[in-house]
Amino acid sequence: MVAAAFDDPKLIANLVSKIASLGVSDAQLMEVCGTHTVSLAKYGMRALLPPGVRIVSGPGCPVCVTSDSDLSQAFQVAETENVTMATFGDMMRVPVGGVSLLKLKARGCDVRTVYSPFDIFAMPSDRETVLFGVGFETTSPGVAAVLREAQRRNAKNLSVISCFKLIPPALRALLESRDARIDGLILPGHVSTIIGSYAYDFLVKEFNVPCVIAGFEPVDLMLSIYALLKMIKTRKPMLVNTYTRSVRADGNTDAIRIVGEYFAPVESEWRGLGVIPDSGLALRDEHSDLDARRRFDLKPIKVPEPAGCMCPEVLKGVALPTDCPLFSKECTPENPVGPCMVSSEGTCAAYHNYG
Amino acid sequence: MSHELFEQVFSSRYGNRYLDAASDKAVLKIGKNRIAFTSDAFVMSPRRVPGCSLGSLSVFGTVNDLLTCGAKPLYLSSSFVIEEGFLFDELDQIASDMASAAKRCKVEVVTGDTKVVERGKADGVYVVTSGIGSVAPGVNVSGSNARVHDKVIVTGNVGNHGVAVMIARGEFGLSSDVRSDCSPLSGLMLPLLSKFRRRIHALRDPTRGGLATVLNEMSIESGVAMEVDEKNIPIEPSVRAACDLLGMDPLYMACEGTMVLIVDKRIEKPVLRELRRRGARNATTIGAIARSPRGKVTMTTPIGGKRYLGMLRGMSLPRIC
Repeated sequence: MVAAAFDDPKLIANLVSKIASLGVSDAQLMEVCGTHTVSLAKYGMRALLPPGVRIVSGPGCPVCVTSDSDLSQAFQVAETENVTMATFGDMMRVPVGGVSLLKLKARGCDVRTVYSPFDIFAMPSDRETVLFGVGFETTSPGVAAVLREAQRRNAKNLSVISCFKLIPPALRALLESRDARIDGLILPGHVSTIIGSYAYDFLVKEFNVPCVIAGFEPVDLMLSIYALLKMIKTRKPMLVNTYTRSVRADGNTDAIRIVGEYFAPVESEWRGLGVIPDSGLALRDEHSDLDARRRFDLKPIKVPEPAGCMCPEVLKGVALPTDCPLFSKECTPENPVGPCMVSSEGTCAAYHNYG
Repeated sequence: MSHELFEQVFSSRYGNRYLDAASDKAVLKIGKNRIAFTSDAFVMSPRRVPGCSLGSLSVFGTVNDLLTCGAKPLYLSSSFVIEEGFLFDELDQIASDMASAAKRCKVEVVTGDTKVVERGKADGVYVVTSGIGSVAPGVNVSGSNARVHDKVIVTGNVGNHGVAVMIARGEFGLSSDVRSDCSPLSGLMLPLLSKFRRRIHALRDPTRGGLATVLNEMSIESGVAMEVDEKNIPIEPSVRAACDLLGMDPLYMACEGTMVLIVDKRIEKPVLRELRRRGARNATTIGAIARSPRGKVTMTTPIGGKRYLGMLRGMSLPRIC
């Protein structure tokens, strides 16, 4: 079986000894993908790295970076008469001011979890169906395809609250802010499969940061960490793609095209990072009938962050979950205070669950 | 969630030494005999998945619960809550599945009840079974009996039932050949119990919350640490693949025909031989009991890393991307 090779203990041991022989004693790497966060924790990979090599998580969990304002808008729509709200898994449980979509569902609002956005076609056609659209470049193409299908079917009851976000502008904002020490970036394999490796050229050209596009299996990650540390040691920053079995230079052009047909970049608010230019996707004017924000006349809602919660710092990579006073005390996966503890891909949940 | 509900509502109202020790089973001393008593409600959707039906599960589930007390299952009750308009043929099929399941486990269904509720007040049919069994002298099985240096053994693959149900629900548009492991464990456990008696320290069937959850429960109840080796945990490739795809973890998926044993290390090899001889070909040792950290399960990952294996929290939801 081919897949077995990607967690082959011999390959890992070989990479671990190569990493040790580089002799890098102080480096901070950042990954920006919830699936990387989980893989690193689930396989206990940090324990295999030299003591001075740290890996912090950046804004790579779509649930976590969604702003409270966007969530509050979703609550408002879910509470509207004759609306069925559809959303993805963990988004159900993120609390804002003691409310969550799951709690609204318990109160009788029609809120449903979907795995594929196409599931919304199976929902009652005599009700307004609203998709709470959260995710990165990996999720938006599927939703664009749903919108095209809705138009083909002439389904007038569908709309989207678009909270889709784009990774490259967030990386730019993070590097420009210099808040977190970033000696090397582990770039997300799924997102890169869609947008292509060209999308990251600026990271090396403008910021001189070593970058590796990484897959999700232990060997993928360990190889990527080795490649980063080698560039750090030789001081030769480059963009390296170790996930060539999936990522091409120009990405998935079909996906990029359909996203461009329905959405246009706009400034967007990220939890922790604030408002970042051109980092979100809004429906294009010609498709405004599909835009739930216009359909339900939604206005931005100002919400204070929960007291003591360090999710913003965790998402920037300037604090570890264990630095937060609420971590594993007031804030646990059963009773989460911040989103990083809600999502299974959240950094706090990964630290809490995998130790 | 269900644990909180139990403590806040039921235990606070009618708690006692049996109920508070373990909510879903009790071993009662009646005269000179020890009688195990368990009860379980079965609400399955869909009511039939590859390898399992509501009827067979409602018998095997209770039989396996009795076995986790170290008991020989003897008699069952079965009660039905039926939605008005539920098809007679399906009810008949459920009863027929229960009959053959009971025959296979050598237990008798000796009492029961039937209630019909208005259409829309129930989802088809719910089944509640209770069971009693006798605990042989010398047998002393409890989640709090794990001792340092004991071995942790599983009788077979983990995660099949949970994945089979998830796929059968059809929510994810996946199809696969994963079958539920739903089956009675009497044929494996009764000979072991009579042969090794008090050297079998703890038994638990990893149903809700899966293997990870019962390992944590037993390490907490016994006040010991557990060290498991992930690469020794038997998981079918198709179960692993379905979980990988959906961002779920097979170690948290329910099993309905697998037992976790904690045994004296001196009987590790004979227990494994006995299990394999009786058809549990994938039975294997997955770990051992250690002194500290108490109440924690530490797992060595397939690549040699280490991490804690935590309890299932809330419900597992598929990931976004």
